[in-house]
Parts: sequence; structure tokens; C-alpha cells
Amino acid sequence: MSEAAATEAPAAPAPAGAPRGEEHLAEITPRELTWRRFKQHRLALASAGFLGVLYLIAAFCEFVSPYRPDTRNVQAINAPPMLVRFIDVDGGFHLRPFVYGYDMQVNPDTWMREYTINPTKRYPLEFFASGDEYRMWGLFRLSRHLFVAGNDGYVHIFGTDQLGRDMFSRVFYGARISLSIGLVGLAMTFVLGIVFGGLAGYVGGWVDRTVQRFTAVLLSIPQLPLWMALTAALPPAWSPLRIYFGVTIILSLFGWTILARQVRGRFLALRVEEFVVAARLIGAGRMRVILRHMLPNFLSHTITTATLAVPAMIIGETALSFLGIGLRPPVVSWGVLLQQAQNYQVIVLTPWLMIPGVFVVLAVMAFNLFGDGLRDAADPYNTGGQN
Amino acid sequence: MASAGNERQQGSAAAERRQRPFDSVLVLWQRLTQSYLVRLVVGIWGRLTQSYLVRRVLEIWQRLTRPYAVRRILGMIPTLVLISIIIFVVIQLPPGDIVTSTLDSLQASGVEVSAEQVRNLRAQYNLDEPLYMQYLQWAGGFVVGDFGYSYRYSRPVNELIGERLGYTLLITISAVLFTWTVALPIGIFSAVRQYSFGDYAFTVVGLIGVATPQFLLALIFMYVGYEWFGISIGGLFSPEFREAPWSWARLLDLAQHIWIPMVVLGMGGTAATMRVLRANLLDELNKPYVVTARAKGVRPVKLVLKYPLRIALNPFVSTIGLLLPTLIAGEAIISIVLNLPTLGQLLLDSLKTQDMFLAGSVVMLQVILVLVGLLLSDLLLAWIDPRIRYE
Repeated sequence: MSEAAATEAPAAPAPAGAPRGEEHLAEITPRELTWRRFKQHRLALASAGFLGVLYLIAAFCEFVSPYRPDTRNVQAINAPPMLVRFIDVDGGFHLRPFVYGYDMQVNPDTWMREYTINPTKRYPLEFFASGDEYRMWGLFRLSRHLFVAGNDGYVHIFGTDQLGRDMFSRVFYGARISLSIGLVGLAMTFVLGIVFGGLAGYVGGWVDRTVQRFTAVLLSIPQLPLWMALTAALPPAWSPLRIYFGVTIILSLFGWTILARQVRGRFLALRVEEFVVAARLIGAGRMRVILRHMLPNFLSHTITTATLAVPAMIIGETALSFLGIGLRPPVVSWGVLLQQAQNYQVIVLTPWLMIPGVFVVLAVMAFNLFGDGLRDAADPYNTGGQN
Repeated sequence: MASAGNERQQGSAAAERRQRPFDSVLVLWQRLTQSYLVRLVVGIWGRLTQSYLVRRVLEIWQRLTRPYAVRRILGMIPTLVLISIIIFVVIQLPPGDIVTSTLDSLQASGVEVSAEQVRNLRAQYNLDEPLYMQYLQWAGGFVVGDFGYSYRYSRPVNELIGERLGYTLLITISAVLFTWTVALPIGIFSAVRQYSFGDYAFTVVGLIGVATPQFLLALIFMYVGYEWFGISIGGLFSPEFREAPWSWARLLDLAQHIWIPMVVLGMGGTAATMRVLRANLLDELNKPYVVTARAKGVRPVKLVLKYPLRIALNPFVSTIGLLLPTLIAGEAIISIVLNLPTLGQLLLDSLKTQDMFLAGSVVMLQVILVLVGLLLSDLLLAWIDPRIRYE
């Protein structure tokens, strides 16, 4: 008995008076059906596209960003964002986009640096030109960038921080850390959820009760204080990489509970399904029944539930790093970047330091919508309403 | 167990071989249960439970725990114990303890410390006792309302927590009230006028609200407040009232400051609660009895408020269970951004200075707050919906 036939079984009895399209539905593979369903969800589709672009940028952040995250531009410290222009101050149009450089003077009253645009400093953007040297994925030495400023100038689309580092580059380098924490955490959540949920659902009895009790307890704990306590317990002497994995493990420590409950529920429900019983009667071993027949049936559900846990992890990392107890400064993540914007003097004087926050909100929102769309699509046979 | 029996009868030799790892465990289990000692213990246990005295005690126990509230409160105890163990383990995680770090700072400043002094120090902080004793002392303190001793501040934790707990409660409760007063009308509106412009607008705002981390929202409020209204946001009091004794003026000052943390904290929960209410009400509005009432000409306002809303509100009360952990956690982080004199700041301070016992006590207190809140919401729910009591 094949697994494909088993999963399609519930679709077979199409209602008699159904429209014509319904007849074809029974012949489509579940995967195709899921994709069709997902495509109808416009917002989810757009979110998926947005996330795809974001992850692509994060993967190639060395190339996309014009500077290295630690390159300092002492000419532009705390400089506001620059506008990429096609039309110059005289109204002339240029095909090659450009930015205007800044003149800096210190305000004698407040001792603040103040920047004004200087139209004589015109820095055209040069695409695929060489700039800062970097190591792509820590492997090859390269110096090509998507764009750099020509005329020995500089370009800071999101402005610079108080050390004169380019926020545009730092946001994308931060994306690599912040977004990957969600994915690595997702993998761990997944493993923990399936193992504990599977154990509870399969073994049953006191194991089930213990796991149930434990998940209930974990669900009622306010996560953030415990996350804070756990990350604060990471030894400060650790290398950034170990801290990174430490934080990821801590974040996924609480996320698996909902997943485990769902896996358990599916296990209990599937155990008595005809095709599982049939597989067992034919003489399939336990592991084969679980891996070949049961797992494919609840995998899609499980993945979607896990997807919905990612935004919580992204927010968690950001919050912890923001408080100064998660990732620490030589590492660049969105939370670490936001740490600079902690008091209101900074926010009022250099509001562009909050740009990483915009990316956090966008990424989390996209993940939420994407997850919602997936959840609806993962169950292609359920055509009634939102649930 | 039944499925295992099935397989053994039906399975071929090959299948038999494949499931051997499971079987060896099974055999071990059977041997164990058939051993004389185990049977003896089980036998004695069986006799004991059948004896009159034990049965009588059990009966009384069952009668006592019949009311829902009692069962619910008793159910909290193992949860609390489990959580306290988790927290205690976390406290113990960082390498070194208060004594080693004190020694480090003493030696760094050139003070010689003798072995005896070290021993005295350890004894003073009860660190010379085994771990389980330390746990029992720490956890036992909670039962009698003693939250331990802060090494850094050299003061009992109770004193440190005292006023902060009050403000935490005040902010959390006002955030819940804010959430409800805002989410209720919007939820009803979104359900009654489904797919209208307003519904979409609120949905979008809600989506953004859910996706915005609370500390970011606090930052934005600070920026907007300063840039547009020229006020500096932060703290619960104006500087002149910070240390002043309670008076009407101080209360008024508090009222002027508390709305920011209230709104910041309530925002995330509002979006979620709004969606829940909308979905529940929509389910209810499509039921035949509503259609019947509408057909009979019941006024639209009464149509919604009389029954559908009351039924949709049930899960509304239970969402407080989802709301509370996020509120307490959110409070912990916005109190740092907004500089509020609440538990959150104490927690971060203690974590940064590795005063783990203080941190553990604060986290434990937050957990207790959440659990008590859950208890109250469950009792409220049971009072509203009698079906729950007899489950």
C-alpha cells in the first residue's frame, strides 16, 4: 500500500453535485493541491517572496552591502541617511544614480555634528565595482560589491552610527545573524517537538502524562524572563559562535511545546487510521509504519506549526541582544544594532538608528502571514472556513 | 500493548527480527513485573488501599477536592514545584558563585584572603550545604513569603521587591483593562462589518501590532512624544514626585505617566484578542438561531449583543491565559526602556551583576503572578460557563 494512495484516500468521495473542477482535484497530487491553495493566499505569497529576497540578501550580504560592517568613515559620523537621486539640484537627469556628499560643521551651542548636503560633492554609484575587500562566506577573498560610491566618495543609504559605520551594510550583515537564528532554532524546535510529541503519542501511559504536564508548565511560564536568565548564564568568555548557538538553543527550548502537543495529537489520530492498521497487518515494522506511513501525513502540519514559532524567536533574539544579554557587539545582529538606540537622546538625534527595527517588524510580519498561508494550504482537503 | 500482540501474531519472521529492539525492552519489563519483590510490593499496596481506614481517608479527600476551585488550586502545586526546580537549575548554571566572585574582586584589590575566611563566607551564604538543601531552603522560603537574600544589595529580596511588585501589578492590570476596552468594540465591529474598509484597516493595524516587539513600540513612543509633543517619556513619576510621599498630586502625576506603559504593553495583546473575538463572533453569527432572530425582526444591536456576543466572550475570558505570560514578559522589557520602577529592571540588574538568587526570585515571582492570574481567569470562566465545572 503506497503512501500516496493513503493520503489521497479522503479526497476520493467527491460530492455529487460539485462543480466540474472538483473532478480533476482527485487526480492531482497532494503537493500540487497544497501549492494551488497557497497561491490563492495573495498576502502569504507576497510575504514568501519578501522573505525569499531577505534571505537571499542575508546569504550574500558581503556582496550586497557596499562596506564591511566594521569599516569606519570618519568624515561621516552620525550622518543622516542619504537619498539616492536621479535628478540633480539643477534639474538635470542622470541615468546613473548618485548621492550628494555632506559638509559637516559642529554646532557651537550644542556641540553636535550637523550635516548639510553639498551639491558639489556628487558621488555616482558604480555597480559591480570593487570596494572593501571581504571574504565571501569566510572562504574566498573578493572585493566586488553590488554598488559602491565613485569619485572617492561615500554612500550611506541608511546613515551611519556614532562610529561612522554604514548602517545599510550593518543591517544586512545583521539580517544574516537574526534571520538564521530563526531557521536554526526552527530545526531544533522541530526535532524536540517530534521526539517528545512522538514519544507521548506513541508510548502513551505515564510518558504521555509526563510530557503533557511538562508542556503545560512550559506554556504557562513567561518566556522572556527565563530566556533572560538563561542567556545571562552563558559564560562571557565564550566565543561569538558559541554564544550564538547558546542563544539559539535557549530560544528553541520553549518553542517546541505547541509542536509536541500537535504531533502527539496526530499520532493518536493516525494510529487507528485504516491505512496504518493495514500497513501493520501486512507486517511492516514499527519504524517503517512510523516513518513511511505516519510521518508523511503530519509532516506538513508540523512544518507549518514550526514556521509560526520562528517570529517569536526573531523577536526573542532582538529583545535579548537589545538588553545587552544576548549576542554581544563584535557580532552584528538586528538586536545588537538596536542596542545603540536605547535612550531617547539617541533616538531623537539619530532616528535612523531605529531602521533595523523596521526590518524586524517586516520580517516578523512576513513570517506570520507566510505561516498563516501555509497552515491553510497544508490541509488541502479542508475547504471550510479559516480553520 | 494490544497492537504489539497483534503484530506478533501476524508478523512474518522478517518483521519479527526488525522489532527485536523493542521486544528486548518488553521482555525486561515482563521479568521485572513478575519478580517476587515487585509482586510483593504491589500486593501490599493493594491490601493497603482496600483497608477501611485508607478508603475512608481517600473518600474524605475526594469529597474535599470535589469543588472545581479546590481541584484547580491543588493542580497548581506540582506546576509550581516543577517551575521552581527549573529556575533553581538555571540559577546554578553560571560557573562560580557569589563567593568566588567576591574573592576575585578582593584579590584584585590586593586583599589576602585566608582559607578560613572563605569557609566562613560560604557558611554565611549557606553555600557549604548540598544542592538539594539549598533548593529546599530557597523554595521553602516562598511558602512562608520569604524570597531570600540579595548578595549584591545586602538586603532581603522582600524589601527590594516590595514597592516594585505593586507597580508591576498596576501596570499589568491596567494593560489588561486597556486591551479589553479597545479589543471589545473593535472585535465586534470587525465581525459585524466583515470585509468592510474598517475591518481591513483594523486587521492591518493588528498585524503590525503583533509583529512589533514591545521595546520597539516603547522606543517609537518615546521618539514621537519628544519630537511631536515635546515631552520626555519615561518613568512613572515626574522628578519632583519620585521620592515624595503619597498625595493627591502624586497620584495625579502617576495617572499622567502610566498610560504610556499601559498602551505599549496592551497593544500586542489587543491585536490578538481582537482577532479571537472577531473569529468567535463570526462563527456564532452564522448559526441558525441568529438567522431566525434576524428573520423575526430583532433589532440589529440586540441581535448581536443579546446572545452571540455573550457566547463569543467565553473564549475572550480564557485568552487572559495567553495574555498574561506575554504581559509579564513584556513588562520586564519595557520597564527597562521606559525606566519604570518595576520588577523588570530589578531582574535585568540582577542578571547583569550575576546576582542569580535575586534573579531567580524575581522570575519565580513573575511565574507566580502569571499562575495566579490564570487561576483567577479559570475560576471566572467556570463561574460564567457552568459546563467547565463538571468536566
